[in-house]
Order: sequence, then structure tokens, then C-alpha cells
Amino acid sequence: MLVRFEKRLAPSPFMTVAVPVASVILALMFCAVFLAMTGRHPFELYGAMLKGALGSAYGLSETTVKAIPLMLCGLGISLAFRMQLWNIGAEGQFYLGAFAATWVPLTFPELPAFVMLPAMLALGMAAGALWALGPAFLRVKWRVNEIITTLMLNYVGILLVNYFVYGPWRDPKGFNFPLTAEFPPAALLPTFGGSRIHFGLLLALALVVLFIVIFRNSRWGYEIKVIGASERAARYAGMDIKRNMLLVMALSGAVCGLAGMTEVSGIAGRLQPGLSPGYGYTAIIVAWLARLNPVAIVLVSGMFGVLQVGGYIVQTFGVPASMVAMIQGAVLFFVIGGEMFANYRVVFPGVKGADKADG
Amino acid sequence: MGEQSIIISILAAAVTAGTPILYAALGELLTERAGILNLGVEGIMLVGAVSGFIAAVATGSCWWGLLAAMAAGGAVAAIHGVLTITLRANQTVSGLALTLFGTGLSGYLGKSYIGMPVPQAFKAVTLGPLSDIPYLGAILFKHDVLVYASYLLVPAMAVFIHRTRPGLILRAIGENPAAADALGFKVFTLRHLYVIAGGMLCGVGGAYLSLAYAPSWLENMTAGRGWIAVALVVFALWDPWRALIGSYLFGGVDALGFNLQVLGVTVPTFFLSMMPYLFTILVLTLLMAKSGGRVVPPGALGLPYNREDR
Repeated sequence: MLVRFEKRLAPSPFMTVAVPVASVILALMFCAVFLAMTGRHPFELYGAMLKGALGSAYGLSETTVKAIPLMLCGLGISLAFRMQLWNIGAEGQFYLGAFAATWVPLTFPELPAFVMLPAMLALGMAAGALWALGPAFLRVKWRVNEIITTLMLNYVGILLVNYFVYGPWRDPKGFNFPLTAEFPPAALLPTFGGSRIHFGLLLALALVVLFIVIFRNSRWGYEIKVIGASERAARYAGMDIKRNMLLVMALSGAVCGLAGMTEVSGIAGRLQPGLSPGYGYTAIIVAWLARLNPVAIVLVSGMFGVLQVGGYIVQTFGVPASMVAMIQGAVLFFVIGGEMFANYRVVFPGVKGADKADG
Repeated sequence: MGEQSIIISILAAAVTAGTPILYAALGELLTERAGILNLGVEGIMLVGAVSGFIAAVATGSCWWGLLAAMAAGGAVAAIHGVLTITLRANQTVSGLALTLFGTGLSGYLGKSYIGMPVPQAFKAVTLGPLSDIPYLGAILFKHDVLVYASYLLVPAMAVFIHRTRPGLILRAIGENPAAADALGFKVFTLRHLYVIAGGMLCGVGGAYLSLAYAPSWLENMTAGRGWIAVALVVFALWDPWRALIGSYLFGGVDALGFNLQVLGVTVPTFFLSMMPYLFTILVLTLLMAKSGGRVVPPGALGLPYNREDR
């Protein structure tokens, strides 16, 4: 072999930061080559995306608006990932959260805001939790692969929402568009200073603090860490793995459901198909790129918010918005490829041999 | 007579609906036999579907489309190979990345092809006397060439895996790469090859959708079939014959959804469309609950092989 990899005793601290940063840059360059090959001007596009997302007050507010669901779903997913539970179902849990939250204003439009909003929040979280609990239960009971079950439920969740907005919940005054009736003002989350940035941002930041406290200072956070590192060790230590798995998945789903609730109540103001442009999938990349660190999730979500807004910008250049999904996938490639260099030292045995021959 | 012909047409539809899943499942089966878990099947199928379609439009021939889909599927799978085999990245995350990347890439490439007709699609070919067999002929032998090719591929693969020396080596690198390495087999090279070959088959599965099943390109047209194929490999216990049965079972559920409406069952389409996904969860659960210890994947599946760790 030309090169050999030697495991480092501890991941290099420099690499831990350098790898994600370099990954993003390399992924952008990789996609630039690809964009150029298909006849576009990559740096012109990137420039327009950056300017559109960060160059004006409106752009900044839109970027934040897109970052909020990514933060929430990223936090939810990271909780499960910490225990090596692969919750790939954030997208479905998001839709279920939005769906359950919508039921409240549609059924009790007269409720005052101080009852309406907490009820929507509670129902949204409960629905997301239930949507994740099914796969968790199957995993705990019969070791059914949770990647597949959570993923299948994404499709089911989206179809369920579509059934309601195309069918029983369709607004008769909606000109036949698949939309529910507009929410009454009491069902809308407050926004800040005339922008579209809504209360969901504060909820996300509060969760970040809560997660830091849980992981740094609580016995439960420690249990999650141990189970994630080694199930066997956790079992010897007498930890209740099954109960923790159910609890963690339920919470993970609840946070993703919360993301759906804030989106429907803070942004859309009604339930509609295509509520999420794939937030649940992008959040997987966010969580991994942030190495499951809550603070880093906030920063990475901001960056991916820029990408999301950039996706709308490129469409005005005639470039499909799926370019953004392509860049996101490429970022993840480079992150996981780069992790190797944080954990291993690259050795060139051939070169070393040449030195010896000289001496 | 009417009822009978409906049953026959549902069974025949089960075969066509099952074929893209079958190709993808066989591809994943080969990859997993070599010890690599590739969760990127959905993304690879999409890339195969779009590149097959684009090549068919460009050349006017579905055969060039098929070749392009195989090449593209192999190329995208090779990324997974480099990441997981050479760089020892986490196979789960790399597969997810591949699906996200493939979804974006196919959407990007295919944007201007949405709604375009394909100049030449794979059409049904009758096989003379075989197609005239009562019932069976109508169900199995009135399909396109790709369906017939899959009939040959399944036994060929079963024989290859279980009865040939290269098949023995394949099983060895998936079960115990360290031992295979010690015997002098090129574990890294072979794993790369099988990941690429598996990707090519997934590419064919995608091309079947865009060139035969519903000759057109639509964003996300695989609609989760790649994931169903991944689940199917577990159901198949890593055996090609069981993969065949499973694929037609899923194809049947798919076809039934369509035909229930024809039969006058008034369930909203949204619920009929949910059936394959719910059925996947149900089948996996039944399998795991019933068999307990019988579901034994290849020994080294999902674990990166590292010579220095030996």
C-alpha cells in the first residue's frame, strides 16, 4: 500500500475544527467544478446566493427564518444520534407536528392565544413524539431497524397531511387550492420587529441551553453518552437501555414535531403541502456537521439557512433549487471523509523506507 | 372470466412494479455480501433514472440510456466505496449522504427534462410459446427485455454466490475480511468492485422506472423504492431467490393499490399510496419478531476493515 493510516490516541483538536470548515469549502469547490461543467458560472451563483441571504435586512431575516426549523430538527436528531439511534424520520415528525397543531385552530377557532398556542405546542410535540415512538418500540422489542421504519413513516406522514389538505380540511374559500383555512390571529406565533422571525427562535435557543445542561450536568445525559458509546458497558452499569431508547426517541420526535408546529404557526399560518423543503433531511447533515454539539448546531443551521435562501435566489438565474440539496450532500461527503484525518495519522511507508536506504 | 382477468392483470402488474425494486435489491444484496452497507440505494436509483433518461433523449435509444444509468450508478456508488472502504467512514452516514446527494444531483440534472417524452422506451416483447402458456404466460412472459433479464440474473447470482469460487471469496470478505486478507484475497479491491457492481444494478433499477415502468422523468420518482429495496435485503436473508419473491410481493402491494380503485374500492388514493411503506414496516417487524436469531447478516456488515487493527 502507498499510504498507511495510524490511529491517533485522541482526535487531533486542530483537525476537529479544521475538518468541518475545510469540508464545506471543498464541497463548494467540488460543486463549482460540476456547475461549470454543466455550463454555469459557479462563483457568480455563489456570490448571488451570499448577497441574497446576507446582504440585506430582508435576506438576513429570511436566512434566520429558514435556520429555525433546521435548528430544531437538528437538535432533535442529535439527541437520538448521541445514543446511536438513527432517527431519519425528522421530516415525517415535522409534518405530524404541523398537522396536530393545525387541528387546534381548525376545531376551536375561538380560543384565546394564551390557551391556543400552548395547546398547539403540546399537540405538535406529542404527535412528533408518537411518530418516533412507533419505530423506537419496534427497535426495542424486536430490533427492527429504525433507519428504515422512521424513513418509511416520512412518506406516510406526508401522504397523511396531503390527504387532509386535499380532502376534509381543504378551505372551501381557497379557490380549490390544497390549503386549510387561514389560522385566526390567536393561533399565530408572535414575530419580532415586523420581520418574519418568530418565537420559534427563542424556543430553539432555550432548547440549546437545556441540552447543554442535560449533557454537561445531568446523570441522564451521562447515561445517554455511555449507551451511545457502548451498549454492553451500559448494561453492566445497570442502566435501563430500553427505557432510555424509548425516552430519547420520543423526545427527539417531540422536538422535530415542535419544529413543524412553529413553522405552521409562525410562518405559513395554515397547513399546506410542501410545508418543508426537506428540513428533516437537511437537519441530518446539520447535526453531523455540528458533531452533535448544541451550540454548533445553531451556527451550522445559520450557514444552511444561507444555503436554503440561496436556493430560492438561484432559481431566478434559471438554476434548479435542487442544486442546494446537491451541495448539502457533498458537504456531508467531505465531512465524513475528513473525519478520517482527524482520527488517523497518514503515514507514507514508501518514503520512510527511502530514508532508511539513504542512511 | 372478468374477475380472473383482473387477477391476472394484477399479478402481471406486480411483476413490472417489482422489477425496479428487484434490481436495486440485488445490487444492495451484492454490496452487503461484500460487507458494505450502502444506504444510498434511493439516491443511486434516482441518478440512474435521470441519467438513463437524459442519455435516451440524447441518443434516441433506450439501450444507451440503460448503459448510461449503469455507468452513473456505478460512479456514484464508487464515492461510497472510497469513503467507507478507503477512508473508513461511517457506512450509515455515508449512505445517507449519498441519498441526499443523489436526490439533489438528479433534480439538478433532470430539471429541464420534466414532462419530456422518451423517444424510445423498453416495450413488452412476447416470447412465442412461453407467452401462450395459460395464465403463467400472461403473468410472466408478456413483459419487456429488462424483466426477462432479471429472470436470468436471479439464478445466475444465486449460483455465483453459493456455488462458485469467486462467490466463496465474496462471502469470505463479507464474513471475515481479516481471514480473507490473510489468505491473500484483495479485500479492499474486491469490496470496491462489489460496491460499484451493486451501484450499477441499482442504476438499472432506476432506469427501469424512467425508461420502462413510467417512461418519463419526475423529481423523486423512485418514491422510496430504494429504501424498500434496502429493507427487502433483510427480508431476503441475503439470498437472491428470496429477494425475487419479496420484490414481487411489494410489486403486488403497489399494483393492488392502483387496481383497488379500478375494482371500485373507494379508499382515497393517499391511503392506497401509503400501503407499500406500511407494508415494509409490517414485513420487517413480522420477520424480526418471528425469526429472532435467524436474521444473521454477513459477519462484517457495516464494519470498516482496517488492516492495522488486525
